[in-house]
Amino acid sequence: MSDAAGAIDESWESLLTAVAATGDRDAFSRLFAHFAPRVKSYLLRQGASPSQAEDVAQETLAVIWRKARLFDPTKASASTWIFRVARNQMIDRIRRRERPELDPNDPLLVPDAAPAPDKQAAKNEDTKAVRNALAQLPEAQREVIMLSFFEEDPHPAIAEKLQLPIGTVKSRIRLALARLNSLLDQSDHGES
Amino acid sequence: MDIRHHLPDDLLLAYAAGSLEEGWSLAVASHLAFCPVCRARNATLEALGTAALEDMSPEPMTPGAFEACMGRAANMPDDPEAAIPANAQTPAPLSRYLGCDLDAVKWSPLGGGIRQHMIPTNDGTRGRLLYIPPGEDVPQHTHQGLELTLVLSGSFADGAEEFHVGDIEAADETIDHTPVAGADGPCICLAVTDAPLVFRSWLPRMIQRFAKI
Repeated sequence: MSDAAGAIDESWESLLTAVAATGDRDAFSRLFAHFAPRVKSYLLRQGASPSQAEDVAQETLAVIWRKARLFDPTKASASTWIFRVARNQMIDRIRRRERPELDPNDPLLVPDAAPAPDKQAAKNEDTKAVRNALAQLPEAQREVIMLSFFEEDPHPAIAEKLQLPIGTVKSRIRLALARLNSLLDQSDHGES
Repeated sequence: MDIRHHLPDDLLLAYAAGSLEEGWSLAVASHLAFCPVCRARNATLEALGTAALEDMSPEPMTPGAFEACMGRAANMPDDPEAAIPANAQTPAPLSRYLGCDLDAVKWSPLGGGIRQHMIPTNDGTRGRLLYIPPGEDVPQHTHQGLELTLVLSGSFADGAEEFHVGDIEAADETIDHTPVAGADGPCICLAVTDAPLVFRSWLPRMIQRFAKI
């Protein structure tokens, strides 16, 4: 399954790059067909009304078309870049909230340590590694992590949904992230 | 620069998910400029969000949505690229709130040489810059909620822990502390709270009534 997902994900980079380079409308229509219905579903899950979800999903894809030239495959996978645009549209238009953002062009930015040559995997490889690690988490841990991405006030909302005390939700999220990081460390060492 | 004090997991997850309030997000985004380690953690969390989005069961778009989207895109104005001064002392997300760099900030005295500059946000969080003269302490206090403190200039010590430029401290109601600025120079911090601080003595409490800490 991960191989198939990987093959698809690689084509997202080339489609998005084609949109950026030549305004390739056909490439964009394929991105639209895959991502617009998922973005709409994501927005509905965040509490948008059906018409609002349709509206903001169209807006999100329009932003992707307009800003595709800012996509840098050495910094993010195409699907993560699309997730960020969708999340920021959700915050702006559904939650009506401000979100101060890191500026990648900030002259004050302390640069990343240069990765060892054998670690310079494409960013879509990183996204796949995270997805694989996620699949290895116990279901209860995976569930609280995924739910964290859909709630305006996650801890109480997840506690209510799962009928758990808030403290249990918080500690389960902490355990899940610790487990995930150790899985990612293992896969890092396994590849080098 | 060697960052020793990082963001707690829950704040970083909420930031990646888009559920973190504005004031906290300002502290998180500013810390990320200083900290490659937390940027890498943030990238991992965004990859989790990506998996959440990819796994959504698709909700069909209305007929004609693609053409409507292209129409919107054609009418969308280009964002002006905001110019960032090359010699800034504050991370770009913070400069946007201040409207100036650190040395041009207008301060209000709080007593004891300590000064503050409020940073308005649109939700329940309160942001401020604090200026603490070398060797001075912030009167002992606890918190009703969370306090995030990011060092922008100088340093401070809190018990045995030292915080230097780029380091962030997360303190909650379980922590009763008296942060002390380093002797090397004034300490300037971005401090974000969601509830007033609780001072232990009457004098700061009186100042507090005027200063809205």
